Amino acid sequence: MSETNRPSQAQFRVCVIRSEAKLVFVPKRAILKELEHHHFRTEAMFAIKLALEEALCNALKHGNRFDPAKKITIRYQVTDEKATIIVRDEGVGFEPEKVPDCTAEERLPIPNGRGIMLMKAYMDEVQYRDRGREVYFVKCCGRCDDTKQTC
Amino acid sequence: MSDERSHLRHRKTNGVSIVEFSDRKILEEISIAEIGEELQSMVVSSPGINLLLSFKNVEHLSSAALGMLITLNKNVGEKSGKLRLSDITPQIYEVFKITRLNKLFQILDTTEQAISSF
Repeated sequence: MSETNRPSQAQFRVCVIRSEAKLVFVPKRAILKELEHHHFRTEAMFAIKLALEEALCNALKHGNRFDPAKKITIRYQVTDEKATIIVRDEGVGFEPEKVPDCTAEERLPIPNGRGIMLMKAYMDEVQYRDRGREVYFVKCCGRCDDTKQTC
Repeated sequence: MSDERSHLRHRKTNGVSIVEFSDRKILEEISIAEIGEELQSMVVSSPGINLLLSFKNVEHLSSAALGMLITLNKNVGEKSGKLRLSDITPQIYEVFKITRLNKLFQILDTTEQAISSF
């Protein structure tokens, strides 16, 4: 079960899903549609899709631990300039600063722990809030580089 | 040879098992787990395999996909095989660079270059 509200343009839209892997396509599809509507550059869309996938996967797997009783709440606002996305889970939280550096030589062969690093690399801004239960990330549309303006 | 429900297409050339991904996106946990299992069964049934993964059709991948590749690389090594990656778009290659996994994997520009590297 999921719900997507579509309030007026400047406000955040909200999508709430149960913690089921098969439902994460709902917010992804809704946000992608918005990015296309606002003519985001291909590179920016690539980056947002990647970050969104990582955020939803973390919320589902590490936050809510696939508990169907727990929800994932996605709030998003897409304008011509930028996309702002907030993904919140109902888990116990974590300490983002204690996540080890996955690019350290000795950690390269370890198969997990790259999601947060990729989000930080691809987004213009990433903030963890409420002891890691909520991640806030922002990405510029990609057209600003042409005009030397910033979002 | 390839199952219609498979996420992979595979063929063999000059002793090299060449695998291409049917999906343009290797993002979701479920499909990544299925891909991992399929590749793992190839590795188990062919000790000493020369395995080439071509990313020709792949436009997106996630950290979970990277994790699956790392596990596969380890398993291939344990079975005395070799793993190469090829045909990776600049955008996807950037993901390997950012995570420094371009140091862990042997990545070649084209399928032909990868075949001759074994």
